[in-house]
Amino acid sequence: MRPMRSLLAGVFAIGLLAAPSLSVPVRAEEEIQMPNMGWKFEKLFGTYDLASAQRGFQVYSNVCANCHSMALLHYRDLSGIGLEPEQIKAIAAGVTVPQGTDDQGAPKEGPATPANQFKSPFANEKAARAANNGALPPDLSLIVNAREGGPDYIYGLLTGFVEAPGGFKMQDGMYYNKMYPGHQIAMPQPLQDGSVEYTDGTSTSLDQEVRDVVTFLAWASNPEMVERKQMGVRIVLFFVFMTGITYAVKRRLWSDVH
Amino acid sequence: MAGLHKSEFANPVINWIDTRLPIFTMMQKEYGVFPTPKNFNYLWNFGALAMVILMIMIITGIFLAMNYQPNTELAFNSVQHIMRDVNYGWLIRYTHQNGASMFFIVIYIHIFRGLYYGSYKTPRELLWMLGVVILILMMATAFMGYVLPWGQMSYWGATVITNLFSAFPVVGPKIVTLLWGGFSVDNPTLNRFFALHYLLPFVLVGVIFLHVAALHITGSNNPLGIDVKSPQDTLPFHPYYTVKDSVGICAFLAFFAAIIFFFPNMLGDPNNFIPANPLQTPADIVPEWYFLPYYAILRSVPNKLLGVCMMFGSLIVLFVLPWLDTSRIRSARFRPVYKWLIWVWVLAFVVLGVCGAHKPEGIWVILSRVATLYYFAHFLVILPVLGKLERPLPLPESISQPVLGRRGGGPLLGAAAAKPMEKA
Repeated sequence: MRPMRSLLAGVFAIGLLAAPSLSVPVRAEEEIQMPNMGWKFEKLFGTYDLASAQRGFQVYSNVCANCHSMALLHYRDLSGIGLEPEQIKAIAAGVTVPQGTDDQGAPKEGPATPANQFKSPFANEKAARAANNGALPPDLSLIVNAREGGPDYIYGLLTGFVEAPGGFKMQDGMYYNKMYPGHQIAMPQPLQDGSVEYTDGTSTSLDQEVRDVVTFLAWASNPEMVERKQMGVRIVLFFVFMTGITYAVKRRLWSDVH
Repeated sequence: MAGLHKSEFANPVINWIDTRLPIFTMMQKEYGVFPTPKNFNYLWNFGALAMVILMIMIITGIFLAMNYQPNTELAFNSVQHIMRDVNYGWLIRYTHQNGASMFFIVIYIHIFRGLYYGSYKTPRELLWMLGVVILILMMATAFMGYVLPWGQMSYWGATVITNLFSAFPVVGPKIVTLLWGGFSVDNPTLNRFFALHYLLPFVLVGVIFLHVAALHITGSNNPLGIDVKSPQDTLPFHPYYTVKDSVGICAFLAFFAAIIFFFPNMLGDPNNFIPANPLQTPADIVPEWYFLPYYAILRSVPNKLLGVCMMFGSLIVLFVLPWLDTSRIRSARFRPVYKWLIWVWVLAFVVLGVCGAHKPEGIWVILSRVATLYYFAHFLVILPVLGKLERPLPLPESISQPVLGRRGGGPLLGAAAAKPMEKA
């Protein structure tokens, strides 16, 4: 059945040739240099560096959370970056959230529990815009998935605040960023060297802070990733094994067909 | 008891049922002993694969629907709720999301098989046309399913595609209003798309039933494209092809699982992780990869109405393919010219797909026009003419003949006994 084989090979070859051009994202006209950070969690069997994700959570809470919500996360989810139930309870308890109404029907507030959503910094979109010069800080729950380039893009953005090149026209209240499309972003540089203080003695260079917060955000976007990959190894191996078995059975069965 | 079926099953319970409702006899006839050409290659797996993936889609879809909210305020977050809070929700959702892509990969190969081996030719025209209906239904289902997560690309994709109908004179705008259930893509649109997305798969099941029924009337085509002449040419479907299909199904599921578990978002668009926003248009509105060739055809024409007609025409033309192809030889193996031209057509289709992913500027416009031209010329000009001019190679006398011949033993009975014949 040689023609068949070359035919299949042909289909695959065309598929392979087409794949890169199909998967290459349609970029803006301006080619932006995307950093390639080789994130551990982006590797085939890679997992999240939990210590880094925890530091990243600290960066998010201390800095990002002043403007950016992460409304799709609950405090209980933090067990996914290795926090203990007591730690999570303590973190939640430090936040005051609305808790329905009291017996008189007046709105009530109280400390959050692990079951609560991450509290958003602003009550609604208008409040967020009013506090940010008209710009809306996006929710960060899915930010790594929601940007072309994912973690590399976020890294590039957070480390991309530089002097605007001479002659570049900046609008009022905007900041120059080499990664951001159009280079004008409403967010001032959020992180500098030493923006946070790590308790584990890790360096608080800008590079380290950004790596940590990107790791945290990547986890937040895909909290199921580690479990998914672990399950995937077993399931793919199972089907490969089953393919082998059924092929052997098939060969045996067909051996008397002429 | 004159009208009762006389069942041959020994098991008394099965016999009792079968006497009154002969489904066991039917299954035995259609999937047990069903005479199937013995020279299938693995391309004949793809029909069974499509059936498997349809089942996977329906099952995962039902579980998704249990947790999904078809409301513009809630839809996006309800999908994320499935991904994050529902037990193994991410598995169900990623399976369903990537299952759509798998379905189209499988179906496109299945269609290619039909084109290459002339499976659409007499007496299988109706079988082929039902297949085209299935393809169109699948596309409608996939399109509406993509709208449901209510991300940016869902919303804007829905806006662009539904707006295509406005190109038709007089009735166009009315059709669009009807599709939207209002004057823009909004909550009523999402609601009806959800209802239809749940309905259409079951319509698909019905059409697929007819597709398979028609197949079992005419019998399968085969790589030689010649008719079955004697029982020697066939094998009972079970166990020979149940086992051979199982090989393909396991291999396919391994591939499918690799995508789900390791690259679940490879075929998705980052913009769909942003909730739909009617006030902000994404930089590029790109459909899912399986629609890109048709999208390229649409955009290759400067006139909107003509573009829309060409796009739909690219599917409609498949309905009349059995009459456009004037050659009576089915398999490309015996058509020395068609054998190459079908690959040119595949190339044109792939080029269209690549063009569809790029902005219609510069080289992409030219490429998509050339490819569109070939796509149509292949069916409307080349196939009708080629059938008259092409000199086919001599056909083998029967399916068993070339198999025996190739083994070097000639058509003698004893000569070919030594080795398993089927390896492809």
